[in-house]
Amino acid sequence: MSGFGGFVLRRAVGTVVTLLAISVIVYVVFYATPGNVAQITCGPRCSPEQVHQVAQQLRLDDPLYVRYWQFLVGLVAGQDYSTGTSVEHCSAPCLGLSYQSDQQVMSIILTKLPVSLSLVLGAMVLWLVLGVGTGVLSAWRRGRFTERLLTALTLAGWATPVFVIGLVLMIVVCGELQLLPFPQYVNFTDDPEQWAWNLLLPWLSLALIEAAAFARMTRASMLETLAEDHIRTFRAYGVAERTIVGRHALRGALAPVIALNANNVGSAIGGAVLTETLFGLPGIGQELVHAVDVVDLPVVVGMVLVIGFFVVLANALADVLYALADRRVVLT
Amino acid sequence: MSLVQVTDLSVEFGDLRAVDGLSFSLAQGAAVALVGESGSGKSTVASALLGLHRGTGARVGGSIEVAGVDVQEASDDELRRLRGAKAAMVFQDPLSSLDPYYAIGDQIAEVYRVHTRVSRRAARARAVEVLDRVGIPDAQRRSRSRPHEFSGGMRQRALIAMALACEPDLLIADEPTTALDVTVQAQILDLLHTLREETGMGLLLVTHDVGVAAESVDDVLVMRHGRVVEHGAIADVLGAPVQPYTRELLAAVPRVDAPRAAAAAGSEAAPGSEASESVVLEATGLRREFGRGKRAFTAVDDVSLAIRRGETLGVVGESGSGKTTLGRMLVGLLEPTAGEVRYEGHARVGVRPAVQMVFQDPVSSLNPRRSVGESIADPLRARGERDEKQIRGRVTELLERVGLEGAHYDRYPHEFSGGQRQRVGIARALAADPRVIVCDEPVSALDVTTQAQVVALLGELQRELGLALVFIAHDLAVVRQVSDRVAVMRRGRIVESGPADEVYDNPRDPYTKQLLAAVPALDPQVAARRRAERRELAAA
Repeated sequence: MSGFGGFVLRRAVGTVVTLLAISVIVYVVFYATPGNVAQITCGPRCSPEQVHQVAQQLRLDDPLYVRYWQFLVGLVAGQDYSTGTSVEHCSAPCLGLSYQSDQQVMSIILTKLPVSLSLVLGAMVLWLVLGVGTGVLSAWRRGRFTERLLTALTLAGWATPVFVIGLVLMIVVCGELQLLPFPQYVNFTDDPEQWAWNLLLPWLSLALIEAAAFARMTRASMLETLAEDHIRTFRAYGVAERTIVGRHALRGALAPVIALNANNVGSAIGGAVLTETLFGLPGIGQELVHAVDVVDLPVVVGMVLVIGFFVVLANALADVLYALADRRVVLT
Repeated sequence: MSLVQVTDLSVEFGDLRAVDGLSFSLAQGAAVALVGESGSGKSTVASALLGLHRGTGARVGGSIEVAGVDVQEASDDELRRLRGAKAAMVFQDPLSSLDPYYAIGDQIAEVYRVHTRVSRRAARARAVEVLDRVGIPDAQRRSRSRPHEFSGGMRQRALIAMALACEPDLLIADEPTTALDVTVQAQILDLLHTLREETGMGLLLVTHDVGVAAESVDDVLVMRHGRVVEHGAIADVLGAPVQPYTRELLAAVPRVDAPRAAAAAGSEAAPGSEASESVVLEATGLRREFGRGKRAFTAVDDVSLAIRRGETLGVVGESGSGKTTLGRMLVGLLEPTAGEVRYEGHARVGVRPAVQMVFQDPVSSLNPRRSVGESIADPLRARGERDEKQIRGRVTELLERVGLEGAHYDRYPHEFSGGQRQRVGIARALAADPRVIVCDEPVSALDVTTQAQVVALLGELQRELGLALVFIAHDLAVVRQVSDRVAVMRRGRIVESGPADEVYDNPRDPYTKQLLAAVPALDPQVAARRRAERRELAAA
């Protein structure tokens, strides 16, 4: 297999294998976790009989491999679940039911995912513009005042925790200046304008921190490219410095930026917990933390798989972009 | 008015005075070469002509006038209008000197549009025109290729095309052929010559290779430590050098047309009729493929050779001819796909202490984080030697043997010059008490004077220790100066082999003839004659 079709196929197979491996690890980790899952699920005031009933209903007493097998069957063929009073059918791909709420994990994910995607993709645009822009500027103005100022700012940005930036933004913009109402998530499909206004502060606080990393990476990468021989060639042919930096150096410097971005987007989808919590965004990260707290295995597995999927997807996209940017790269 | 007028030029980087009190002038349409070894400041002069040191922290003194522009006083804009339009530069490494992300035609068009007010389309057409002019076949289509899709020679042509785009008055060529094979080098030098005849542009050629200068210019400046040692017409300087340094430099240049100088001195140890029976290393039907299926590539194809005790076998060929692959199979670093290597009559598997290797790049073949003594001790430790005192003693002995000092044991590679590092590499090869040493381009990274010293050292060691040497190189002249027998490789096969003088004086294979015709001659008259011969060959 070769060419783009082969690349997609190989990546798809790789993704499935990766995700299966992730799910096995999560199952094993949870199996080894101390504590009585049935007791936690049932609640502190449950009697031993009730706890036993819950354990049976959730099949907590089955061995690990049986439970994992059930999970795989559900994924491929769907599964019927008894919730005590009724039987609920969960069609494939079924990630199971939440221990806590008996809701299908898939539907939980589908309600949380848009929130996380809104947050991360919007913030990504901001951090790329801010980060790459700052990096290019400081490489171009190396050794001058502009660069020192930008370096100080990026270091400060990097060192400040997201909840500090977010809180300060909220207090100043929403509290003192009252430019915006305190953010509250609005669905994009309900009201795109309100969606954007309400996400503005979360985007900013997430992006400011990420932008610092991008600025540093871009600057280093730009300086490296600017020292290359072909840059000297264009200088020796009278091409203006602006063109050299913007056209020739930037393109060469983008490869590591693309790679970093893929990792950050992928992991921020499940990892922007602090931002989500601070701004009350009901996203994947928040849900995952909650599910871990109450040992809600199906939810945790589902969430982790979604996050894993996006990490792999983002990296595959990065490879495609990388190959488009540099024709010497062969996709494998 | 002269095209270039440099008066009392000095360039300083920090405490280092790279160029010191240099003056020369170049008339309209004339050609001058700056010749010198690495670090002599020749490339710095070339960059200074275009004001490329501006804004880098280098201090440039004296006056530089190029095509009527005072480079020192000109504004940034004036300088930009000079660069590329009136004086264009061709760089050494054509791969890294082009932007890997853009098509070659687009890069030339971009440069053209900097200096002319024409449409994108017209600039693109101009790019195709100049690419065609420098002999890129199917220029229209190839102009859309990116640099990595071009061969080394074509990339160099593309760079020259870029230089031609704006019809400059002066072409500055900084080692334009150093990265190229000898036949390609001859083509590029011929191209430069023809272009100069047609356009009447001046040429400033920067080179370490006296032969390249002899082929191309009227006047030459010999540089050393940033100063001009000798200046004159090329035929005078090369024919009757006045300064001792020039004489030394010329003496060190290996001659392709003279028999091996050391042959007489080494004759006792060299393979006489009685020694020639004792073959130490023998390869039969060696073949090596890389890759699988459609991408399979045969690097070495059915090569058989024998190396006798105490002799030197030269393996010469251009890049991609399979000489390095062959060398690695002889040492056992690569397993052959087919065929076998026999050491003293026994089939050999893997690396043997008796067959050692000296690598091309003395910088990257030594671990920069370990002292040279430790590197030399590696083969001893690998053999099971554990007594530190013994090891240190033996390494000290080896260091002294290759002309370094025992006290250098604890120094690190960066503290040594290129030639010294190659000596370390040789000491490391000697540590295992080998009978055969395979030297893969051992001197190609070195200046000619250093090159001569390292070659002399190898000859000395060979005589004293009765070593057999396999000397792999692309430089035909060096190979002639060290070899008893020579094998010429092309596309993985040996096309011709035999006693060195026979192969060089009466080449039978057409490829060998072509190679020898491409070697730059030190005598400008011979060079001109050869050029005419090459033209005839090409026309035929």
